[in-house]
Amino acid sequence: MEHYNMNLTLKVWRQKNKNAQGNFETLQAKNISSEMSFLEMFDVVNEELINEGKEPVAFDHDCREGICGMCSMHINGRAHGPWDGTTTCQLHMRAFKDGDTITVEPWRAGAFPVLKDLTVDRTAFDRIIEAGGYVSVNTGNAQDANNIPIEKHKADLAFAAAACIGCGACVAACKNSSAMLFVSAKVSQLALLPQGQPEKRTRALNMVAQMDKEGFGSCTNTGACEAECPKEISLTNIARLNREFINAGFTSEK
Amino acid sequence: MLNAKIPAGPLNTKWEDYKGHCKLVNPANKRNLEIIVIGTGLAGASAAASLGELGYKVKAFCFQDSPRRAHSIAAQGGINAAKNYQNDGDSVYRLFYDTVKGGDYRSREANVHRLAEVSGNIIDQCVAQGVPFAREYGGLLSNRSFGGTQVQRTFYAAGQTGQQLLLGAYSALERQVALGNVTQYSRHEMLDIVKIDGKARGIIARNLITGQLERHFGHAVLICSGGYGNVFFLSTNAMGSNVTAAWKATQTGAYFANPCFTQIHPTCIPVSGDHQSKLTLMSESLRNDGRIWVPKKKDDNRKSSDIPEDERDYYLERRYPAFGNLVPRDVASRAAKERCDAGYGVGTSKQAVYLDFAAAIERYGSIEANKRQMHGVSKEEIIKLGKEVVAEKYGNLFDMYAKITGENPYETPMRIYPAVHYTMGGLWVDYELQTTVPGLYSLGEANFSDHGANRLGASALMQGLADGYFVLPYTIGNYLADEIRVKAIPTDHPAFAEAESKVRDNIAKLMSIKGTKSVDFFHKKLGKIMWDKCGMARNEQGLKEAIEEIKVLRGEFYKDVRIPGDENEFNPELEKAGRVADFLELGELMCIDALNRRESCGGHFREESQTEEGEAKRDDENFSYVAAWEYKGPSDYVLHKEPLVFEEVKPTQRSYK
Repeated sequence: MEHYNMNLTLKVWRQKNKNAQGNFETLQAKNISSEMSFLEMFDVVNEELINEGKEPVAFDHDCREGICGMCSMHINGRAHGPWDGTTTCQLHMRAFKDGDTITVEPWRAGAFPVLKDLTVDRTAFDRIIEAGGYVSVNTGNAQDANNIPIEKHKADLAFAAAACIGCGACVAACKNSSAMLFVSAKVSQLALLPQGQPEKRTRALNMVAQMDKEGFGSCTNTGACEAECPKEISLTNIARLNREFINAGFTSEK
Repeated sequence: MLNAKIPAGPLNTKWEDYKGHCKLVNPANKRNLEIIVIGTGLAGASAAASLGELGYKVKAFCFQDSPRRAHSIAAQGGINAAKNYQNDGDSVYRLFYDTVKGGDYRSREANVHRLAEVSGNIIDQCVAQGVPFAREYGGLLSNRSFGGTQVQRTFYAAGQTGQQLLLGAYSALERQVALGNVTQYSRHEMLDIVKIDGKARGIIARNLITGQLERHFGHAVLICSGGYGNVFFLSTNAMGSNVTAAWKATQTGAYFANPCFTQIHPTCIPVSGDHQSKLTLMSESLRNDGRIWVPKKKDDNRKSSDIPEDERDYYLERRYPAFGNLVPRDVASRAAKERCDAGYGVGTSKQAVYLDFAAAIERYGSIEANKRQMHGVSKEEIIKLGKEVVAEKYGNLFDMYAKITGENPYETPMRIYPAVHYTMGGLWVDYELQTTVPGLYSLGEANFSDHGANRLGASALMQGLADGYFVLPYTIGNYLADEIRVKAIPTDHPAFAEAESKVRDNIAKLMSIKGTKSVDFFHKKLGKIMWDKCGMARNEQGLKEAIEEIKVLRGEFYKDVRIPGDENEFNPELEKAGRVADFLELGELMCIDALNRRESCGGHFREESQTEEGEAKRDDENFSYVAAWEYKGPSDYVLHKEPLVFEEVKPTQRSYK
């Protein structure tokens, strides 16, 4: 792999806090190695800003290995940037070339208010899980793990849905700011497993109700969420959620 | 004298006896007892959820934007449990024995045995929560091997086991939040412990969005804040992982045990340049199938594919035929360092060895061809089939490697090198997981208890969940049963005011320095001192130098650090500064501890103490103890020893040959 260095122009969203008016600021990123991750490029820019006595750009990040779901950033109009199936922390600078201008914005959605610069509030996702994204089993209730065999194919499908990292890229990518991919991933995971059966109806109904309450939009099946999902969660989960939701609506005894 | 409160009686009935005799709190009283949980990783989330289920009033704090982000999420390979589903000779005793041996006889037998006893319950609980572990075609759970064992007892969910377990615990936690038993405080950082009449009674936390300081009361406080590997700056930990909560506990009187026991993981992606912000682990599970090698010739600059088979040195298989590529982490790490230091390293930096899947791809390809009854297939076809099998087992890890390095690991061997990964040391706790401060507990990686001087792979997830689901919910009752008459103490109590003003002064002090260098500047310098002198190999002279260098660096930090912005707002640089200030004290203590321990054991390798073959040589006569350090002030620590008594396992020179 050939490595190279580059100079970039960044147009970064700056916003002091939740209530302040935000605006784009132009920053220069100099001498960036193609081996850096996108966030390491921001580390370099921030170090420079601190040395100049300015405020660094605030952004969310933690594990930097693509699994915690904390990093966000809308890069050149795409959630998590130009690489498919990749979080911002795993996007590397070899995706760019010398002289590029890169626009970086926070997630844009009413249900994800901006806290500062590129940082947004995603606690709405926690509240959606609170509404039913679990199996009600207290510690100590469990029977032996191998008592219920689960068809491998179904277990694999459940795992693929459970791979969701809750980053919110699906919402940011959706023109309706819908959280359907996120909700459907959790509903699907549990609907596919025998352990999730007893609560499947209330789960689908309550999680969707909470999603609406949080102000996320409706799904119009454009598929933008699936295209931008760093974990490549499949759109078929939304179909499964719809099926669960309709079925629950018809058969729920409440 | 430290009292570990280990129950009397035979090892295998201690826990049963304890559970049968510990005090209980009745449900009505539980509703009036408040518990604060710091950290929402596997230990914190499982404890908070379980305590909420029991009916206690719980407050759960994390610095991330959601409990689900805690760094347990990044654990890849798996979780151990003595289920013996594979019928390969596993048992509670084996898991216990492997863990004590793997820890190089520096852990407490009773704790480890309890861990092995509850390991099976963890798997049951997680499956019941809907954790999608890997399964066989018959629908039953699948297992694989990890280092330091000869059985298959590791349960896994592809390379995302930590994620799936944490999401299980997180969903249990959110359920309790919905039921009103747990209140969640995300983007909050604990900055001090409030002690009243010698007992932990609450905390001071900073709301990271507004910068406001908050007072929270609790009848007990649990520190579940993870490990301190980021003292090295570069580690596989998350950027935010820190020692602050545990360090504030230390400053309040909890002893810090075995700080020098750090785990350097053998298989990480090597450093690529000065810009590096963190290191990425390649799961130990890869050593199930990958073979580790370097060229037999020094300074060999040929491409890996140009080096013929007989010119490759599979040095782990050569040195340790019984365990081969699956020796424990400390052994594998030192062996890699030894080869690189001797001039056999690969890649541009020469600080790397190969982890090669070519043989595994071919082997799996042939098996697959057989399964499908394909005869006389070409080598290309076999390799194609093999790659599919390997992709199913390790796909996400291979993808991650490709993204970071730009190389295709299916075609060329991965380059790997050891990196800081886990810390076995932590807050000293007794059998009940209580620190030396009454009412202050520590769970998971934040405590020192179960892994001795070296942790075996897939045991961290096991310990975090054991502590949170199955140990603490029992042991805390034994303390809280005597607290039922204590009403919630109002937070205008002078002890809260005093703690808050101390925190406020600390923040003001940091903000007022207005120096010229960023927090990262100091963090990187500290990391370099630690890696060079308190890393994979340590010696007396280096450690003495490191102690002095850290003191000087700490002085510079308080004179010259620059923190932009304001304390009354969202200010990530201020957060980092507070954490680095604590690392600057902890780092020194780690070196003091490493200097004190004039023996090699597990991950702690003192160059002065090695066998003729270069293996770690313990000194049981003088160092078979837990070193618990009492904080008296910066650079001022008093050593307390907890002797380790081995009744069941006889400590021997560890051998994996």
